[in-house]
Amino acid sequence: MTGRSVRALLYAALVLLFVLHQDSWLWDDPRIVLGLPVGLTYHVVYCLVASLLLWLLVRLAWPEADQ
Amino acid sequence: MTLGIIVVYLGLVMLVGMISHRLFRGTGEDYFLATRSIGPFILLMSLFGTHMTAFSMLGASAEAYRRGIGVFGLMASSSALVVPVVFYFVGVRLWALGKRHGYITQVQFFRDRWDSNALGLLLFVVLVLLLIPYLLIGIKGGGLTLSLITGGSIPEWVGSLTVGGVVMAYVTYGGLRGTAWANTFQTLVFMTLGALAFFWIVRDMGGLDVALGRVAEQRADLLVRGDRISPLKQLSYLCIPLSVGMFPHIFMHWLTARRAETFRTSIVGYPLCVAAVWLPSVLLGVLGSVDVPGLEGPAASSILVRMIQGHAPELLAGLLAAGVFAAIMSSLDSQVLSLGTMFTQDIVRHYGFHDRMSEGRQILVGRLFVTGLLLVTYAISLVAPSSIFKFGIWSFTGFAALFPVVLAAVFWKRSTRAAAIATVISVAVMWVYFFVRGWSVPDYTVAGSGIMPVAVMLLVASGVMVVVSLVTRPPDRQVVQRFFE
Repeated sequence: MTGRSVRALLYAALVLLFVLHQDSWLWDDPRIVLGLPVGLTYHVVYCLVASLLLWLLVRLAWPEADQ
Repeated sequence: MTLGIIVVYLGLVMLVGMISHRLFRGTGEDYFLATRSIGPFILLMSLFGTHMTAFSMLGASAEAYRRGIGVFGLMASSSALVVPVVFYFVGVRLWALGKRHGYITQVQFFRDRWDSNALGLLLFVVLVLLLIPYLLIGIKGGGLTLSLITGGSIPEWVGSLTVGGVVMAYVTYGGLRGTAWANTFQTLVFMTLGALAFFWIVRDMGGLDVALGRVAEQRADLLVRGDRISPLKQLSYLCIPLSVGMFPHIFMHWLTARRAETFRTSIVGYPLCVAAVWLPSVLLGVLGSVDVPGLEGPAASSILVRMIQGHAPELLAGLLAAGVFAAIMSSLDSQVLSLGTMFTQDIVRHYGFHDRMSEGRQILVGRLFVTGLLLVTYAISLVAPSSIFKFGIWSFTGFAALFPVVLAAVFWKRSTRAAAIATVISVAVMWVYFFVRGWSVPDYTVAGSGIMPVAVMLLVASGVMVVVSLVTRPPDRQVVQRFFE
């Protein structure tokens, strides 16, 4: 896979993550998951996934590379 | 005892500022930008500490008290993605341009980018005015915390004055290096003490399962988003963290980085730090709804402090009050420094007053400007209501709506001076319009639709930037070349 396609893939993943922020399907869900209300667990996990994706982004598609 | 701990804490912060002053290299660039020598960890801590305010501790818990767990998705997880993405796409590029052209302030960059003094002056005025409600969060939060933690024996105005005074002292003395160090120290303090307070209170309430069980029995509505937060509101709130791209104090911290790669730790670490601070704040707010029920309106801002008082020993209460002070001062210091720097660089030096003034006098004038602004803010804090969240949202709304300006500056060669000016004016006009309509309306959204004003403002501002750029004369090639080589 070339550097350019890795970058495109990571940018697409970033867009997908933005879309996934809108978790409408959990809006009225009262379940407790991992000890927290699921609407909260989802967004805490979201932060962890965001960090992971950003780690991949700075490792594999650093902005300096295209300057 | 609580008061003693706070006094000791304030002394420690001053000490950190003084120690960093010993590293001072005696140049203007060192005072304003720490000679662009800040490493990855200090950059993360100072960016995060600067961004997090009383808003993320007192404000978040108060909002969770009213609206429940949804506040985390609304403000925290949205920031966890948007803020580092702005660092990645905009911050790193601005750092590179700042280093290449020797910029110290945001206004210098925008003025050069579109070769326009008028734009520089307009932005200076708009940015300073938008910072006032942001300063209010700190001044108001400091007074509120001190008053609550001492059971009202110290009036709010004393706390507000203390916070302002201490910040002025170490910023004046230590410059940006002192501010970055003090921020790092304070960020570590509020993250550690926040976590400690959370575990202590939850343990005292019988553990998280038991405490959440009580909420499920009495206030089950707070454990889901339901009608308290509409999906449209959550969607449009995603625009709010874009404000980080236009904050003068964040811009200033960006420029301090040693290398472009220094940003990597901040980009990856930011979402983790956000979760670490907001999760305890939001959960304590939700648990507070059954522990201290019945707080109405601005009184809810005190929920965190009340829970600490009710569950933690006095020592921890004092330490946590110090933690809240840390969160407040680590933002206020950068704002104060950036305002002083902007006034000295963008007004005094740019307009040639420095020919008539000695260096010492220029610095004095800068400090007088900042002191004046703080006094105005303080005066407003005496008459304004205490809903910390509300001040924050209005300030962030204005900065976020200006985001198309920085985006066009960095990425769009064809964007023009006239478009940048028109965009800033359109944001100012819309901000005043929505503020007049929405300030006194609780949970104001555009025509009650659930859409936050920021989304409309951002859309209109982007449209103005594009349309006016396309109908006005393209910018000079030499100007564009300096920024897009």
